[in-house]
Formats: sequence, C-alpha cells, structure tokens
Amino acid sequence: MRQNFASPRVGGMVALALVIALLPVGLSNNYFYDVAILVGLNAIVCVGLNLLIGYAGQISLGHAGFYGLGAYGSAILSSRYGWPPLLSMLSATLVVAALAFVVGRPILRLKGHYLAMATLGLGVIIFMVIATEDKLTGGPDGMSVVAFKIGSFALREAQLWYWVVGALLLAAVWLALNLIDSPAGRALRALHGSEVGAEVLGIDAARHKLMVFVISAVFASVAGSLNAHFSGFITPSKVTFLHSIELVTMVVFGGMASTFGAVVGAAALTVLPQFLTVLKDYEMMVFGALMMGTMIFMPRGVVPSLARLFAPRRRPEGERKPGSEGAA
Amino acid sequence: MSLLRVENLSKEFGGVHAVEGLNYEIQPGAVHSIIGPNGAGKTTLLNMLTGVYIPSDGRIIFEEHDLTGLAPFEYAAHGIARTFQNLQVFFNMSALENVMVGRYLHERCGLASALLRFPRLARAERACRDEAAELMRYVGLQDYLSTASTAMPYGALKRLEIARALATQPRLILLDEPAAGLNPTEALDLDVLIGRLTERGITVVLVEHNMRLVMGVSDHILVLDYGRKLAEGAAAAVRNDPRVIEAYLGSSVASDGAAASAGSAASAASAASAASGGGQADLRGTSH
Repeated sequence: MRQNFASPRVGGMVALALVIALLPVGLSNNYFYDVAILVGLNAIVCVGLNLLIGYAGQISLGHAGFYGLGAYGSAILSSRYGWPPLLSMLSATLVVAALAFVVGRPILRLKGHYLAMATLGLGVIIFMVIATEDKLTGGPDGMSVVAFKIGSFALREAQLWYWVVGALLLAAVWLALNLIDSPAGRALRALHGSEVGAEVLGIDAARHKLMVFVISAVFASVAGSLNAHFSGFITPSKVTFLHSIELVTMVVFGGMASTFGAVVGAAALTVLPQFLTVLKDYEMMVFGALMMGTMIFMPRGVVPSLARLFAPRRRPEGERKPGSEGAA
Repeated sequence: MSLLRVENLSKEFGGVHAVEGLNYEIQPGAVHSIIGPNGAGKTTLLNMLTGVYIPSDGRIIFEEHDLTGLAPFEYAAHGIARTFQNLQVFFNMSALENVMVGRYLHERCGLASALLRFPRLARAERACRDEAAELMRYVGLQDYLSTASTAMPYGALKRLEIARALATQPRLILLDEPAAGLNPTEALDLDVLIGRLTERGITVVLVEHNMRLVMGVSDHILVLDYGRKLAEGAAAAVRNDPRVIEAYLGSSVASDGAAASAGSAASAASAASAASGGGQADLRGTSH
C-alpha cells in the first residue's frame, strides 16, 4: 500500500527531471531559453502558492508583491549598495519572510473573500511603494540589476541560468511534496477540509496557515530575486495586481492541490501567450476562450482532471459491502 | 476524583442562555449520557467542553487543569477528543489520511524535518499509517482502508470520525449524536463499539436522542432542559424521575392534561413517539 503513495512522488520527480534534462534539445535559440527560464521561475512561485491555495485552502491575491519585494530587494542591495548578489537575495528573502509573518498573523484570521481583499490590499501597497520610491527603485521606469555572481563566477549565459532554475524548480517541487506528505502537510489539508475538525484533533490552525503563508512568500521572493538578476532589468509591471491574478490563475488552471499541476499551469500560461502572438489582435480573445474551455471541461484543473481520466477505476470502491450503503 | 468538572458553566448568545449555571462532574471510566429536548443546550455544552465555544461564565476543570478559555487544539492536547453531529470529515483526503491526521499530536515534527523528509520522519510516517489502519479496523472500517472519504456511506463516515478521535489517544471522548442518521442495525452496532471504548480506559460522553442506545450503555445520565440541569443520576433513576417524565419523555404517559398544558410541539411530538415506542422515545422525531 505504501507504494501507492510513494510512486506519484518519485515518479513525478523523475518525469519532471527528465523533461528539464531533455528540453534543451528542442530549444534552438536564446529566446526559447528565456521563455523556459521564465516558465521555471513562475513554476517555483506557483508551487509555493499552491501550498497556500490548493492545499491549505487560503487565498492570496498579493503574491506578486512578495515576488516584487524579492526582485527589488535583491536588485537594490546588489546594484545600489554593492552587496554580493547571493547575500542580497538571502537578505531580501529574510525580509519577505519577516513581512509575511508579521502581516500574515492578523490577515489570516480572515476567510474567503475577506482574505482575498486583505491580500489584494497588501499587494497594492507593495506596488505603490515600489512604483513611487523612485530614488531607490527607479519608479515606473525600472532599474538595471547586476548579474548574479558567486565569488568571481558570474552567471550570464541563458543556458547556465536554465540549469540553475531547473535545479531550483526540482528542489522546490521536492520540498513541497515532502511537506504535503508530512504531519504538518496533513494538518494543512485537514484545516482546508474542516477547520474545526482539525482544531479538535490538536492542530493549531492559525499557526499552520501562517507557516504556509510564509513558505509561499519565500518561494515567490526567491523566484523574484532570480528573475531580477537573470533579466538584468526590472520594472514594477511584475509587481502589479494583474501579475498576482496571473499567478493564481496558473495554480487554478494547472489544478489546485496538485504540485505538478502548479508546474503545468505555470508552463501553459507562460508559454501560451508567446505562441498566440501570431494571432495578433485575436491573441487575448483566443487566450480567454482557451481558459474558459479548460475550466468548463476540466473544472479541477488540467493535471487532476487528466489524472482522473487515465487512472484505472479504483478497485477498493467496488469491494464495498452492498449492505453498508443503506444510510447514505 | 472526577475526570472533568464544570462549575457554574454558562453560555449566552445575545441574551439567550443556551446553558445556564451548570454544575456537572464526569467520573473516569464510565459512559455518561447527556439528553434533553432539542435546544436544551447539549451541543452547546459539548462545544464548551472542547473549546469550540468560550463559556460566558464558569470554569471547566479537566484532571485538575483549568481549561477555561483555551483553544480547541489545547483541549485536544490535554486528552479530550470529540465527534460532530454534522460531520466534519476532511473530504479532501482519503479515509486513512483522515485518521492519520488524528495522530498529529503524537507525530508532529519540525518544519525542517517536514520539508527535507529526514529518515526518522519517513519511519514515523509508516508507523502512523499502520496505526491509523489498525484504528479503522477497530471501529469496523476495514473495507475502506484505501477509499476516498467522499466515496463512503454516511454510517461509515460516523465511524471514521470516531476512529479519527481515537487516534489522538484521548482520555475523554465526546460523541455528538453518533446514532443520528444511522439505520437501526448500524445504531445497534454502536452499543458494542461504545462498550469497547470504555474497555480501552476511555471515558465516554454521549449526546444522543436514541433512547434505546442511551439507556443501554449509560452509567450516568444528565438531563438538560432550557440550558439547565433537570436531573442526573443512574439510567434507571433518571428514567423514573417524575420531572424527567413530565418535561421530556412525554407527560401524556402520566396524564393527557399535562401534555395539553405544556402546550409545546416538542412535548407533544415526544409524547407521541414515546407512546408508540413503548416509553423508549426516539426524539429524532421532535425536530422543529
């Protein structure tokens, strides 16, 4: 029985590693590498966000704010103050974790639409600060960012970035899968299912919500920092409310409560707009229609819906005693 | 010495006293039932005894610890578990995982250990899975070990909540209407299960409308009416207490005039079912 539970984790990791390893065969130029790296970074954010939304059942419409703080924190420390990029990134991550911890405490008491509003507000405040503090951030014009360097080794080529981001994505997925299958992860899923049910089993729901909120903010912050150093130039466009919505959409599209779904969602919604540009004026219409169609025909998201379709009918359900159904 | 003691316990909802000035003691190792008409305050009392509601007044003392005002997860940590009248199953998880969640207090680990899955945790997880499976067999759910909770019939879900509560290794378990919605055979099996709980050294508090079940398993019965204690004592004594018969089991058993003067739909309905059930009223019929 244990193998049933171990196999999706191990199998999925192997499949993802293979995709990452073999993808460069099809990447003929730097543009494709850029898109692939962007997919990887978005996927890291979505894997974290999916822990919060898909597993713990909490919503955040402000994660672009954490992404932006990671990006700008790392950019400002390394490019304006000359800190080593790695140290800048870790410092920015710590600041984001602390902010998520302090802000998360009060706002995670809220539920549903109210939590959505509060996180939306948080994201908007972060955007306003970044867009108006132009001495530090360059304001709406953005700022250039130094290349990522560890010692004298500079990370410049897209190919190198690809492997770094690929490895980090694998690490993010591995951490997320581990968490979900741990007692803490079960506690998160339980409080999603029934908060009072979880509480009376000894689970401090508030503490667990805060924990997963901080973890998801850290994932977003790290991806933001990497994006800043990779692209060498950042603007507040990635900190907007719209980007928060895009991230949530990726999670829902790929399939909530599915870590690989988050990766697939991030990939699909990052790549799709790039290919749809051939449609010119009709791009957004086709994109919207595809989204609607997917949600109508695969309401659980791409990965869980397909998994259900291809999974063999589960035997144990058929073994139920006929007599035990009377009460339902 | 009592396992749990409440002193002058009250709960008020906007001027309505759901429970008022209740003094009550639960002795270890016995089956205690709490009965009373709908709206008598039984579930409110249960919610206070598990921290879900904070009492307006009074104290709750469990094993000489004052738990008044603590959160539900702290009550659980002290060894109080419960089930719910309206199910609180985690439908986003499998049946077995539901029970594994119950092991949380005994399995929890640091965040680093959870994220990196240290070998010690992997071993603990296997043990946790085995113990959860064992508990499912114990409550008679061996057929559902690899079933999604959404695919289980109602009666099995009721048992799943009991298994999940047992997984916390409680010293006191509170069952909120475990027989509600069960067919007569399933309800009958519940006697056996409750009896086995006490053999494990777990004290049981049963809130139940099914009088056959209550009278069959209880060592002690508390009767609530309008949030106040109406009577308490051994099952036989409570059953023959004229106040209980008057207010609860149906005053028409004594005289038709009393029922008319009580004038409430509840007492009329309970009188009817009491008459048809030969004095063993099944008060599920009295919902209003």
